[in-house]
Amino acid sequence: MADPMKIRAQMKGDVCEIRVLMSHPMETGQRKDNDGKTIPAHHIQLVSVALNGKTVVSGQLAGSVSRNPVLGFKIKGAKAGDKISVSWKDNKGDSRSDETTVA
Amino acid sequence: MDLIRRTVLKGAGAGGVLAGLLATGMLKPTLAYANEWNKAAFEAKDFDAALKTIGADNPAANAALVMKAPDIAENGAVVPVDVVSQIPNTSSIAILVKKNPFPLAAFFEFANGALPDVSVRLKVAETCPIVAIAKADGKVYSTQKEVKVTVGGCGG
Repeated sequence: MADPMKIRAQMKGDVCEIRVLMSHPMETGQRKDNDGKTIPAHHIQLVSVALNGKTVVSGQLAGSVSRNPVLGFKIKGAKAGDKISVSWKDNKGDSRSDETTVA
Repeated sequence: MDLIRRTVLKGAGAGGVLAGLLATGMLKPTLAYANEWNKAAFEAKDFDAALKTIGADNPAANAALVMKAPDIAENGAVVPVDVVSQIPNTSSIAILVKKNPFPLAAFFEFANGALPDVSVRLKVAETCPIVAIAKADGKVYSTQKEVKVTVGGCGG
């Protein structure tokens, strides 16, 4: 299983700002190693952000998102103490889910 | 006559159960991921083809869709891009890099209070426009910004 995500969720006025750092190689499938062999694609495909169990953002990513993706979202209607959970799934079937509380 | 009444009652009953299930959220087994990864769109090698696969050919320009990206990216492997849509009822935002081998980079859908405001870091292969597409009320809008890349992001 991949390394845990770092998630920060902070209230700024009535908007909750979420920043997520995912740990993932995000290999495009375009690069070649030193022997000239193509490095197979390995990247996150699906991302989901939920507020108290309710999906707020569902995202789809390509290999052209930078290594160790940093994603930022904003949601309305959250308050301090609410639960934010983020999950991702990559093209090799690996996945990861982490959560934090809104500060 | 009786038979018809029975069918109608049965139908109504089933509908009621269905509504109940929907209300309690039991009929949403794919809650975590609303959609499958859109393979056709992400594997489109041509910018126009990618637009078509996400149903966004002929987008209109709209000043309420704002993208922030650097003018010059020293490192094409990490280009920060922020997209904010002030267009009411924006339901999704797609971000494409026009000259990447696969132009479509990311696609986000918003629901339940999420603001159409995302930031992400992209690999950009060469100097080209980055394009943001927003969908709102069935209409498609776009904005773009040229990013100069001094070192490409895909060669390694």
